[in-house]
Amino acid sequence: MQATRDFSHYVRHLGSGLSHIDLAVEGVNCAGCMSKIERGLSALPDVTLARVNLTDRRVALEWKEGTLDPARFIDRLAELGYKAYPFEPVHAEAVETEQASFLLRCLGVAAFAAMNIMMLSIPVWSGNVSDMIPEQRDFFHWLSALIALPAAAYSGQPFFRSAWAALRARRTNMDVPISIGIVLALAMSVMETIHHAEHAYFDAALMLLAFLLAGRYLDQSMRRKTRAVAGNLAALKAETATKFVGADEISVVPIAAVRAGDVVLLRPGERSAVDGSVIEGRSKIDQSLITGETLPVKAEPGTAVYAGTLNLSSALRVQVSAASEGTLLAEISRLLDNAVQARSRYVQLADRASRLYAPVVHTAALLTMLGWVAFGSTWHDAIVTAISVLIITCPCALGLAIPAVQTVVSGAMFRTGVLLNSGDAIERLAEVERVVFDKTGTLTLPELDVTNAADIPQAVFELAGRLALASHHPVAAAVARAAGARTPLPGIEELTGQGVRGFINGQEVRLGRPSFCGADELANEILCRDPEASVVAFRHGETRHVFAVRQRLRPDAAGAIATLLKAGIHVEIVSGDREPAVRHAAQSLGVHQWRAGVTPADKIARIDELKRQGVKVLMVGDGMNDAPALAAAHVSMSPVSATHLSQATADLVFLGDRLAPVVAAIGFSRKALRLMRENLWLAVVYNLIAVPLAIAGLATPLVAAAAMSGSSVLVILNSLRAHRGAREFG
Amino acid sequence: MEVLVFLVPLALTLGLMGLIGFLWSLKNGQYNDLDGAGWRAIADDEPTSGSASLGVRLEGHL
Repeated sequence: MQATRDFSHYVRHLGSGLSHIDLAVEGVNCAGCMSKIERGLSALPDVTLARVNLTDRRVALEWKEGTLDPARFIDRLAELGYKAYPFEPVHAEAVETEQASFLLRCLGVAAFAAMNIMMLSIPVWSGNVSDMIPEQRDFFHWLSALIALPAAAYSGQPFFRSAWAALRARRTNMDVPISIGIVLALAMSVMETIHHAEHAYFDAALMLLAFLLAGRYLDQSMRRKTRAVAGNLAALKAETATKFVGADEISVVPIAAVRAGDVVLLRPGERSAVDGSVIEGRSKIDQSLITGETLPVKAEPGTAVYAGTLNLSSALRVQVSAASEGTLLAEISRLLDNAVQARSRYVQLADRASRLYAPVVHTAALLTMLGWVAFGSTWHDAIVTAISVLIITCPCALGLAIPAVQTVVSGAMFRTGVLLNSGDAIERLAEVERVVFDKTGTLTLPELDVTNAADIPQAVFELAGRLALASHHPVAAAVARAAGARTPLPGIEELTGQGVRGFINGQEVRLGRPSFCGADELANEILCRDPEASVVAFRHGETRHVFAVRQRLRPDAAGAIATLLKAGIHVEIVSGDREPAVRHAAQSLGVHQWRAGVTPADKIARIDELKRQGVKVLMVGDGMNDAPALAAAHVSMSPVSATHLSQATADLVFLGDRLAPVVAAIGFSRKALRLMRENLWLAVVYNLIAVPLAIAGLATPLVAAAAMSGSSVLVILNSLRAHRGAREFG
Repeated sequence: MEVLVFLVPLALTLGLMGLIGFLWSLKNGQYNDLDGAGWRAIADDEPTSGSASLGVRLEGHL
C-alpha cells in the first residue's frame, strides 16, 4: 500500500482560477536561499507566484487551479535542500498581525502630526520672545488644531478603546490617565486658541501619542515575531495521520483534516495522532506519554488508543473517536479547562502602577486648581494650570517603562531559544520560587539513546545502525539514530516481534530481541546493571553485541539544576513514570524532592498544594498529562518537542536539547522586572521635578515638550540594559 | 509675511504626501518582510545566464 499525500486541507482557492498555499520552510536565512527557492519553484509550470518571506521563513505560492499537487512543491523544496511543510495560520497570529499593522498606521499618523505641529510650534515659541504678532500666532494655533484633532482621534484609538473597556468593567489601567490627559490637553488648547491665548499644547499631546505608540508597536512586533517562529515549528512538526480513503487505499493527511469516524492506519514505530479504538490488528503499544507507564500494553480490537500512544510491533487500524467520549484525553481537557478558569487573573505591574498613579495625579491637579482659586486667581487660570499639571504628568515615561523592557527582553530571550507565548509571562517568571519538572521528555531528551556506545566497536555500530534502519521498532530506531546510519542494507526481512535479519557477504546479520540473536547472557548482564534500560541485540556471524537503550538526561540538566539551586530556587520532580526511573534521575541530578507515578489530577493537586502555601511555581513539562498542571501553575514552560496541547498551554516554549534556556529565561525575567521597577521610579522622579513646576504655573508648552521627550529617552536607554540577564543565572 | 499663506500650506501638503506615501506602502505589505526586502535590492530579477553566475557567487559569500 503506497500512501499518497493529501494537502488539499491547506489550499485556499482565491477565485479567478488560482490556488494559494503557505509553506513554512526550515533553514532559509540568506539572500542566496531566497533566490534559489523562488527560482526553483517558479520554474515549475503553471506557478504564478513564489515569494519567500525571509522574516517569517515562509513561502507563499500561487498556481493555476487543478494543475499541480501541493506535494510537488514540498518535493521540489526537498530537492533544493529545504524541509518545508504547509502552514496553517492560527487565528491568534492573524489577529496579532492585524493589530500590529493597525498600531503602525496609528504610529504613522501620530508621528506625521507631531512633526508638522512641532514645525508650527517652534515659530510660536521663538515668536513669543521676539516679534510675532498675535494674529500670526492664532493662525499657527488654528493650523495645529486642524492637524492635531483628526490625528489624535485616529491614532489615539488604541488608548481610548482600552481605557473605555477598563472603565466599563469598573477597573482602571494605564490607558485611563493617558486618555484623560490627551483629551484634556486638546480641549484646553482649543479653548485657549479661541480666546487668543499665548499657549497651546497640541504638540505635547501628539508627541505623547507618538512615543507611546512606538513603544507599543515594538512590543507587539516582537511578540508577533515569536509567534511566527512558534507557528513554523508547529507546522514543521508535520503532525499527520494515515487515513483510509478507500477499502485498501490510504492517504497521508494533516491531523486537522481527520474527523471522528475515520479509520486511520497506525504503523509500528508511529505515534498515534488521534484518539480512537483498535478495529483490526494486534500489537503492543506504549502509553507512557499519557499514563506515564513505560511498560508496553497489549492492543487488540476494542483497545482504546490515545493521541501520543506509540505503536510498537505491528500495524493497527484505528477508528477515530470524538474527544468527548469519556477518553483520557477528554478527562485531561476537563482538568485543563478547570485549571484555566481557576487561574487567578494576574494583575500586571503596569496596571498596579496606574492604580496608584491615577488617583495621586488627579488629586494633585484638583488641589492645584483649588489652591490657585484660594490664592485669588481667576477660575480660568486655575483650570489651565491644573490641566497643565495633568499634561506634564501624563504618563509618557510611565507608559513606556514596561513595553520598552518587554521588547528588549523578549528579543534577548528569543536569541537564547525561548519563545514567549503570553505577554505578562516575564513578570510572573521573575517571581518564581520553585521549579517543578516533569521527567520524561523534559529533564530527559525526547528521543531514546544508546548508552553503551563506547563499549561497541565503531564498525559493528555502523553495521547495526544500517540494519536497524529496516526496523520500525523505536528501540531499533534509536540505534540507527545513534549510529548516524543513512544507507539501509539491501534484502532485509523483518520478523514481527523478533527483529530484522539479512545477509552480508554470505554471513547472516540479525538485530532484535536477545533470544533472536542468541545473546541472552550479555543482555542479562546489562539489565542487572541498569534495570531501566531496553536492550537490543546484534549478531554478525559469531560476534554478538547488546545495545542498552534508554532515555538520556538532557546534556546540561545537572548543571542547570545546580544553577537554580545556587540561586535559591527550589527544584522538584513530579513524574508519571515509575519510581526506580524517577529516583535514578533525581539522584543523578541532585534533586531531593521527587514524586513518581503521579496522575494528571495528582499533578494539579501538588501544584495547588504549593499554591496554598503561597509558593510561586514554575511548571516545566511536555506531555499531554502535564497540560493541566501547566495551566494551573503560576507560570509554565514547555520544550518545543512537547505535545501540541502542552505547548499551547505553556507561557513559554524553549528550543533545543539543552535546559540552559529555562535557567536563562528566569535570569532575563528577573533582570527585566528590576528594570521595569527602575523605570517606574525614574518616571516618579521625573514627576517630582516636573509637577512643582506645573503647579507653580511654569509649565509652558516648551517645558512640557522637553520634559516629556527627555524622560522617555531616559527610560528607553535604561530598558536597553535588559538584553543581559541577571548575573547569578550566567 | 504674505509668503506664509503660500509656504505653510505647501509645507503641510508635503507632510501629507509623506503620510499618504507611508500608508500606501503599509497597505502594499512593504513592511511584511523587512529582512528579505534588504536582500532583494541587490539580487537580480531575471535568471539570465550572466546574473545566474552572480547569484552563485553571492551564495558563496553568504
